[in-house]
Amino acid sequence: MSDQHTCACADAQEEELYPKLSEIVEGNRGKPENLIMVLHKAQNLFGYLPKKVQQIVAEGLGLSLSQVYGVVTFYSFFSTSPKGRNTIKVCLGTACYVRGGQQALGKVENELGIKVGGTTEDRRYSVDVVRCIGACGLAPAMLVNDDVYGRVKTTKVMEILDRYE
Amino acid sequence: MNIARSHVLISIDAGTIMAGARGVQAELVEEIKKKGLSGEVAVLETGNLGVTGMGVVLVVYPEGFYYGNVTKEDIPEFVEEQLLKGRLVKRLLLTQAPKRFIIRREKMGLTKEQPRIVLKNCGFINPESIEEYIAAGGYEAASKALTAMTPEEVIGEVKRSALAGRGGAAFPTAAKWEFARKAPGEEKFIICNADEGEPGTFKDRLILEGDPHKLLEGMLIAGYAVGASKGFIYIRGEYALSIERTEKAIADARSYGLLGNTIFDKPFGFDIEVMKGAGAYVCGEETALIESLEGHRGHPRNKPPYPVVSGLWGKPTVVNNVETLANIAEIVRNGANWFKQYGTPKCAGTKVYTILGHVATPGLIETEMGTTLRDIIYDYGGGIGDGKQFKGALVGGAAGAFLGPDMLDVQMDFVNLKEYAAALGSGAILVMNQDTSMVDMLKSVLHFFKHESCGHCAPCRLGTARLVEIVDRIADSEAKADDVDRLLAIASVMKDTSFCPLGQSLYLPVSSCLKYFREEIAGS
Repeated sequence: MSDQHTCACADAQEEELYPKLSEIVEGNRGKPENLIMVLHKAQNLFGYLPKKVQQIVAEGLGLSLSQVYGVVTFYSFFSTSPKGRNTIKVCLGTACYVRGGQQALGKVENELGIKVGGTTEDRRYSVDVVRCIGACGLAPAMLVNDDVYGRVKTTKVMEILDRYE
Repeated sequence: MNIARSHVLISIDAGTIMAGARGVQAELVEEIKKKGLSGEVAVLETGNLGVTGMGVVLVVYPEGFYYGNVTKEDIPEFVEEQLLKGRLVKRLLLTQAPKRFIIRREKMGLTKEQPRIVLKNCGFINPESIEEYIAAGGYEAASKALTAMTPEEVIGEVKRSALAGRGGAAFPTAAKWEFARKAPGEEKFIICNADEGEPGTFKDRLILEGDPHKLLEGMLIAGYAVGASKGFIYIRGEYALSIERTEKAIADARSYGLLGNTIFDKPFGFDIEVMKGAGAYVCGEETALIESLEGHRGHPRNKPPYPVVSGLWGKPTVVNNVETLANIAEIVRNGANWFKQYGTPKCAGTKVYTILGHVATPGLIETEMGTTLRDIIYDYGGGIGDGKQFKGALVGGAAGAFLGPDMLDVQMDFVNLKEYAAALGSGAILVMNQDTSMVDMLKSVLHFFKHESCGHCAPCRLGTARLVEIVDRIADSEAKADDVDRLLAIASVMKDTSFCPLGQSLYLPVSSCLKYFREEIAGS
């Protein structure tokens, strides 16, 4: 699990990450079936999937850029725009919805001054919505990076977010 | 291994980790050491204990006491009182929990312990230890199948058990295997569908987190029966702990020679790989999942040809749900007749449910097929809670059916519910009390479908968008006169014309919601 926390932060120099990307791509050269796994790894590295990264992946795996772009935009895990250092995902699956997920989301949006899909100016937080993370017993649930928070009350939201720099 | 007089089981799953289970575990081990009880009391890490939303949960054996909402600060008292002096720490005791394994059958006049087939080891063994799985009888069934049975005999046994797919469609498992076995081709595949995306369902996650070897053993037997040498487990990307534990289990099984080129000295090889999903509900549909495994966008394929004939890379492929495969080892080990003693005549075995929403104790349960909704809510779920009344339940996730009070005493299994135009689906039971707005519920379900529609076919892409517009109008009290009828009409067209089950299945929640709550929805 820990390797997923090494997400690329905005301050990390993107240029320095390209040799690592090359290593990942080399290990999968000519294996287009591994595209999704490679994209997972690339996104862990950069935090998002800029065009240049998609081009390198496409070239290495023997795909066209449009094929890679098609996959990137199909799956909700992948993002083509830079994210904040911390990604907040509020669950609006049915169980969370019934238990007040929408209110928790409203609180996050109001406090941070951004809407779903947005990133704060200091790139500290991004906000997204997910449809069920399988933590329905803890509804309403919220994910910050890989940490799951359950029974999120609007009064608790900022207390949770303050823990993430 | 010395023998301890007491065992403390601590549940380590995604929910309890969040509640601080790792910290409690460390403190517990430390405190036991401090009190000089190390040789007498063993602390065992295990999967979900059947209770969710109760913080860190501990069970003390041999007494079988359940403790919930345990924090680090409680540990000195817990060790001193429960473990050293043998006295209960009443303020932490969960009185509801043990009931989860026992259900009262009033009509039969007896209390009957429910069978645990799929969840047999969940909450009892350490899921990260292959030794504990083997000690609990694990891989015996694989050994029996591979050394003493022909592939046809394995399929025959599963056929006699009448096991039906637990992912929701209830297709006979043995038939799928037989088709794939008979399909021409050297190379065949077994895929486990662990892309559990149906809202409200997390049974597969808890099986993977609690007993991953059970799934591997089921896949190994399936591979032998079908003549496949390679298996894939497609796990939801969100399920970090499931992925971690499954990968560890695979590595351990390889080192024990239970996966690899030759298994039990037979000229049969089988290996398994984990594939991490990337967030698309439609990938729960088997052909979309196969597309995704091949590295493509998860668009469903045309059927026929079915995957059993032409699946992954055009080869015969069996796609089974986690719970289905987790039944296999017990069926092979104990025989079809043993399996059929559970459940109803039309639907054998057990079903794993997740109960949530407005119930006193949400969580994971396994009961015989045919258990009524009333038993599930009141005996296992502890009732509605807060002194409120039952209003309805959404059974089977977003693609499931709304059930009203008249369905409380209907025997629930795949066959019987169909007669009431309902479905068991994935086994999620979302309970709603009197205060729930059904407009809100329907809105949530329809927004979910719009978000997850993959855009491949017009009925689903356009239909979900129109449905959301209408339900939003209703929610904002701006509905037009025939909006409620229009909901049903669009859903009905989608059922008939959508390309894959995603668009087709939406008719069920819409029609059942209107069946029970039409007045409320039309009146708002």
